[in-house]
Amino acid sequence: MQVDETTVRRIARLARIKITDDEAKSLEGELSGILNWVEQLDEIDTAGVEPMTRVVAQNLKMRDDKVDDGEMADAVLKNAPMVDDHYFVVPKVVE
Amino acid sequence: MADLTRLTLAEARDGLKSKSFSATELTKAHLSAIEAANASLNAYVLVTPDHALAQAKAADARIAKGDARALEGLPLGNKDLFCTEGIRTTACSKILDDFKPTYESTVGANLWNAGAVMLGKLNNDEFAMGSSNETSAFGPVVSPWRRRGKTDKLVPGGSSGGSSAAVAAGLCLAATATDTGGSIRQPAALTGTVGIKPTYGRCSRWGIVAFASSLDQAGPIAKTVRDAAIMLGSMASHDPKDTTSVDAPVPDYEAALAKGVKGLRVGVPKEYRVEGMSKEIDALWTTGIEWLKAAGATIHDISLPNTKYALPAYYIVAPAEASSNLARYDGVRYGLRVPGRDVIDTYENTRAAGFGKEVRRRILIGTYVLSAGYYDAYYLKAQKVRTLIKRDFDNAWSDVDVVLTPTTPSPAFAFGEKTGDPLAMYLEDIFTVTVNMAGLPGISVPAGLSSEGTPLGLQLIGKPFDEGTLFRAAQAIEDAAGRITVPEAWWTSATSGAAKKTTGGK
Repeated sequence: MQVDETTVRRIARLARIKITDDEAKSLEGELSGILNWVEQLDEIDTAGVEPMTRVVAQNLKMRDDKVDDGEMADAVLKNAPMVDDHYFVVPKVVE
Repeated sequence: MADLTRLTLAEARDGLKSKSFSATELTKAHLSAIEAANASLNAYVLVTPDHALAQAKAADARIAKGDARALEGLPLGNKDLFCTEGIRTTACSKILDDFKPTYESTVGANLWNAGAVMLGKLNNDEFAMGSSNETSAFGPVVSPWRRRGKTDKLVPGGSSGGSSAAVAAGLCLAATATDTGGSIRQPAALTGTVGIKPTYGRCSRWGIVAFASSLDQAGPIAKTVRDAAIMLGSMASHDPKDTTSVDAPVPDYEAALAKGVKGLRVGVPKEYRVEGMSKEIDALWTTGIEWLKAAGATIHDISLPNTKYALPAYYIVAPAEASSNLARYDGVRYGLRVPGRDVIDTYENTRAAGFGKEVRRRILIGTYVLSAGYYDAYYLKAQKVRTLIKRDFDNAWSDVDVVLTPTTPSPAFAFGEKTGDPLAMYLEDIFTVTVNMAGLPGISVPAGLSSEGTPLGLQLIGKPFDEGTLFRAAQAIEDAAGRITVPEAWWTSATSGAAKKTTGGK
């Protein structure tokens, strides 16, 4: 799969990573190289094969639907770059 | 007193028990060794002497009372991927900035509850993405090993390069590490140390910075097979906070070592004889086969036909899961923030500045393969290939108990040798990645030296939760090969002029 510069920019936008024009150009080649290489998987017939969801057979664990944690707003906010009272602060999102 | 940093974990445990030295003396010896070495090797990104000495003091009190626990007073290094309460944890990425977790990883807590002492946080590839420790935001780790007669800087492997270098150089008795595609076993092989990636689910992943959640697993890097067995015995546990951790008792791995390999059926997969594998690795493999045979094991040719697809499938699954896991670094809740004109601009600026090149590349690959219209062709296809890879092993287990392969296709390489081409670096994991894809346990054990005088490792792969058998077989190889240690501590005399690393406690 060849990815073009427009695709690289679209993907970078989806991933929320700003890229420069130079980066967009070099990523075009790097991503195409990696994607071409993984395409060798097309050689394998996987019709009827279940996708692996778990490496070891194990039933999904259940727990009681009870609050067993919480009331730790200070700890949650401790490493935030900008806080006000018990809120994370972000740039204005509504004009 | 003899140099306490040359002791194995088991020897140090015996020495503390017989009161030949105290935990404080043992810890101080390691802190001095780090002080002398870290400017050259860069194995630690944070040294925590006050924290370590406080733990050592508490351990000495316990020992005096005859109340020592499994790892009482034994100084360890902790990979910077493990969250440490009140102590900076960065995954060696700029994006975590000065992040100080308000909690301890379960694996870490298990070790400290067993009495172990933490010397500091060890360097690694950024978010564990790399095979040479060259992607760390703190700069690369230098291997204590050099090519015979040469002074080129070699890589210690990665991503757990700080762990492997520190253990090989005597900067800790053993270290924590993590393995998503080979990040414990490949650095162990390149530094003459023992590294085991346990079965997926054996160790809790809680409190470990996530890379690819269906592949990540914690394990130790240690000086000997016995030391690795002791470490894993304390690291492993069932943890209700990690739903993928397994509710099964942890066996006494150290006790298993004495059982030997008589009658053990060892499989040798023909698909691992890949093009481009170095001749000496091939010869080492043959030697390993002979050693196990001489120790009473039987050797069987086996076939794991889907082996060659493991690496390409890995480079879909791992980046896909990474792109999802790393979405949390948004400059809002913790870590770095680079302001922008609005919230999206802030995200984009923060993530562009905070993530290194390889991490950005993998996030983009992951975003691409998960984007609308591509999910079935890439991620779903790769997950089906995983089923086939696991099926290969399931079939093999009817004929053999363990599988023997080389750990890496070539010996340790120099700085910059593989950084130009991402695919060349990815091939480092060609022998280790199948194990993660199938969720199996794998151990790397030192087995000899290359013609350049650098260490080489052999890998043993086992059935799910059969780590005990892996330790037995690895012990047989270690017994035959002898322990492999760095010939000369060149790094302590080096006056590199590099800035002294900042050290600090909580």
